[in-house]
Amino acid sequence: MAAGATYEPIATTTLSGASTWTFSSIPGTYTDLIAIVVVTSTTGNSFHWRFNGDTGNSYSYTVLEGNGSAASSARSSSDTNINIYSGVGTANPSMFRTHIMSYAGSTNKTVLSEAANDKNGSGIVNRLVGLWRNTSAITSITGTTFAGTLTGTATLYGIKAA
Amino acid sequence: MSRYSPRARLTNSSTTSTVANWFGNQFVDVPPLSSYESIATATGTGSSTTISFSSIPSGFKHLQIRGIGRSDGVSTSLTKLLLRFNSDSGTNYSWHYLLGDGGTASALGGASATSIELREGLIRASMLANTMSAYLVDILDAFSSSKNKTVRAFTGIEENDTNTASRITITSGLWMNTNAITSIDLVSFSGNLSTSTTFALYGIKEA
Repeated sequence: MAAGATYEPIATTTLSGASTWTFSSIPGTYTDLIAIVVVTSTTGNSFHWRFNGDTGNSYSYTVLEGNGSAASSARSSSDTNINIYSGVGTANPSMFRTHIMSYAGSTNKTVLSEAANDKNGSGIVNRLVGLWRNTSAITSITGTTFAGTLTGTATLYGIKAA
Repeated sequence: MSRYSPRARLTNSSTTSTVANWFGNQFVDVPPLSSYESIATATGTGSSTTISFSSIPSGFKHLQIRGIGRSDGVSTSLTKLLLRFNSDSGTNYSWHYLLGDGGTASALGGASATSIELREGLIRASMLANTMSAYLVDILDAFSSSKNKTVRAFTGIEENDTNTASRITITSGLWMNTNAITSIDLVSFSGNLSTSTTFALYGIKEA
């Protein structure tokens, strides 16, 4: 059995009216990464992830969501980012957790993401799978809003395997 | 590296900072960090359909499997990954799932099955190269000697619409057996698990 902690915080940042933030110089010593974002938005718009500063058409994603009355699914191919695909609360915080699997491995990078955005009568719950078609190790992660700014916290965790 | 050393540099649009001590900042749904332990990691051989965790220690409350997988089966359609416990291949399992394929959401279930099925949950060799299925599987109260065992899984395949096979799935499963779990088999329904397949087993302690 592995000794010591296997689920470790790597970095956290307080977002105060931020439209973009970056975790950089991520060490390659973990197996998976988990980004947790708890925020409110000035406009209610979604945000997206990019890796290693890549702004090319290297991303795709598929989402499954429920909006309180129906379940649906949508997707995007050859996109310039992985859209977290949920609005963000303007009054109450929304929560997003993104698992970046085998981020330092030699395959394309798959992420699993969860969104919880409840607005007392409306809102979204979703699950999302995303792909970055690149076999390089992820060393930086950038979150960017589609509009407006975010206030709250963003934390990056690392998980080690035996 | 000290746990209290900064490990990554943080920037945002309004500030650029390096955070040195953030251990007091815990979020919901994150286990206490010392209670989450790595138990074992297993990789595919390319010559077997199965990856197994055996002799699982019982000093935990819950188990979690995290991993990526790919079948070497030659097909442009998805296959499924099966879960079995304690080498039980009897009809003692059930499962149901909610699935999104990028166009519609659908649901399906199975009863008195011989495994918990992660349907449309394993990418195959003829599909987008270097691309893996991803898995988060929680096995709750895994060591109880009085309860059947409940599983939840969050799985995904994203292949940039190359074979119209991207899937996002949440699955609930049941093993109708009250024995403590001592071994877990992850089985490709079709084709061997590739050498790029990796599963890691974690244990979560209770107070």
